[in-house]
Amino acid sequence: MTSARSEVEHLLRTLAPEVLGAVVRRFGDFAAAEDAVQEALLAAATQWPREGLPEHPRAWLIHVAARRMTDQLRADIARREREAFVVRQEWPFRDPAETEHDPAPDDDTLALFFMCCHPALTPSSAIALTLRAVGGLTTAEIAHAFLVPEATLAQRISRAKQTIKTSGVPFEIPSGAERDERLASVLHVLYLVFNEGYTASGGASLQRTDLCDEAIRLARAMRRLLPDDGEIAGLLALMLLTDARRPARSGEHGELIPLERQDRARWNRDMIAEGVALVSAALSKGSVGAYQLQAAIAAVHDEAARAEDTDWPQILALYGVLKRMSDNAMVALNHAIAAAMVDGPRAGLDLLDAIDASGRLAGHHRLDAVRAHLLERAGERERAVAHYLAAAGKTASVPEKNYLTAQAARLSEATPS
Amino acid sequence: MKYMLMMHAPKEGWTTAGIGTWAPKDIQAHVAFMLDLNEKLKAAGEFVDGQGLAGPEDAKSVRARKDGTPDTDGPFAEAKEFLAGFWIVDVDSTQRAYDIAATISAAPGKGGAPLYMPVEVRQVMSAPPTEQ
Repeated sequence: MTSARSEVEHLLRTLAPEVLGAVVRRFGDFAAAEDAVQEALLAAATQWPREGLPEHPRAWLIHVAARRMTDQLRADIARREREAFVVRQEWPFRDPAETEHDPAPDDDTLALFFMCCHPALTPSSAIALTLRAVGGLTTAEIAHAFLVPEATLAQRISRAKQTIKTSGVPFEIPSGAERDERLASVLHVLYLVFNEGYTASGGASLQRTDLCDEAIRLARAMRRLLPDDGEIAGLLALMLLTDARRPARSGEHGELIPLERQDRARWNRDMIAEGVALVSAALSKGSVGAYQLQAAIAAVHDEAARAEDTDWPQILALYGVLKRMSDNAMVALNHAIAAAMVDGPRAGLDLLDAIDASGRLAGHHRLDAVRAHLLERAGERERAVAHYLAAAGKTASVPEKNYLTAQAARLSEATPS
Repeated sequence: MKYMLMMHAPKEGWTTAGIGTWAPKDIQAHVAFMLDLNEKLKAAGEFVDGQGLAGPEDAKSVRARKDGTPDTDGPFAEAKEFLAGFWIVDVDSTQRAYDIAATISAAPGKGGAPLYMPVEVRQVMSAPPTEQ
């Protein structure tokens, strides 16, 4: 029963965007279509495990959602004039068998991605809408994953739909220069979902819908739709190469274990192999992007059998390219770490001074954390302790705060007073 | 990003000028303002939790005795401020949390005049840790 249920859930999540795409294309009203499809998905989630799959699952869902739509529209019309009914009574009802051969479910899914990740939406709205409309998750599941009340999340989704309506975001695949820009928004939203999944929150995390898995699933869907895009491959590779370390990155009490102290035997070899193959193939095609470079860096880490075998000169070179490509302070910080690993802690500290001077990461905990680490390596224990504590006070991550505090305590203990 | 907004009320004058001494219509306006704010936060998809706290008259500070039983102390007449209520909001930026806090701060008080209460804004620890 449980496996039947999870099989059905998996199928529903795969079909959700295609069904929604088909209904939107026919009826036009995205907001109403999205609600109708959610109802159809919920109906299927309760009926199918009990009664078995219908012959044409996708057509079944489209049919049920379309019926909800027409019921709703009829109810609306009953309240309006009769003329409106005359105009609208030719809504397309189709035979389920016929709808099974919809012309372009892939295009519909892609158009949905572009719509739900539109830059007019705030990041939190785009994330919620994408997980529901494209990912097929329920409002309750998303609310649980983000630890907010279901009513709040429902409002967030309804506001997102309102924004789409008022901004006149069309249900279509953009072209030309706009396409690249919009694709970057889609990838950014998926990246944010993955990143959110990284939040460790103790025992409760076991019951949370796994956002890392969901992000990977959606990135796979994007890759299937646009197999020649290097940055989609890069993002998927980055997720796989990062998530591969999950079994080793926290201890039994949820404490953070840094990369250099992880038990690499516990890394997921299949995910690493897939990630490495993806990023290698993408990089060999020529058009190098930021996700591909980050994935390449993750691959270098993942391919080292021991922390001390890490090819830091290669990581330094990759960060050098990334730094030239994107003017991002976090990249500059990671570049400084790599420089310290290759040329010694002083070289890294000098680069940190340059970041200080630019003022771009002022007050960011990560700047203190990296400085503490490099000062420790340079033998300046007291200053290192002070920066570990400063970093611990500024981070908003519980496991990171605990880790940084423990670092300060360990170093204080080792320092003769 | 989640933030906790803590609304503090001045302790001094609480019994002589506090909400219990306002005209009924001022109290109504204040309560309506808070309810309306909560509705707006819910409609914006930002509301996580929000509660008003009972007055400071019966507030106690509790410490464990050596045997683990509670040792209660208070209320504390000398305290300058007390926590009157709190919100937890999930917002897209720190600035948005500040804006909500400013709205709370200017809630109407006696005669409908803004209270300008201090609202402490603290981030709830829920960010993903950084790696590499």
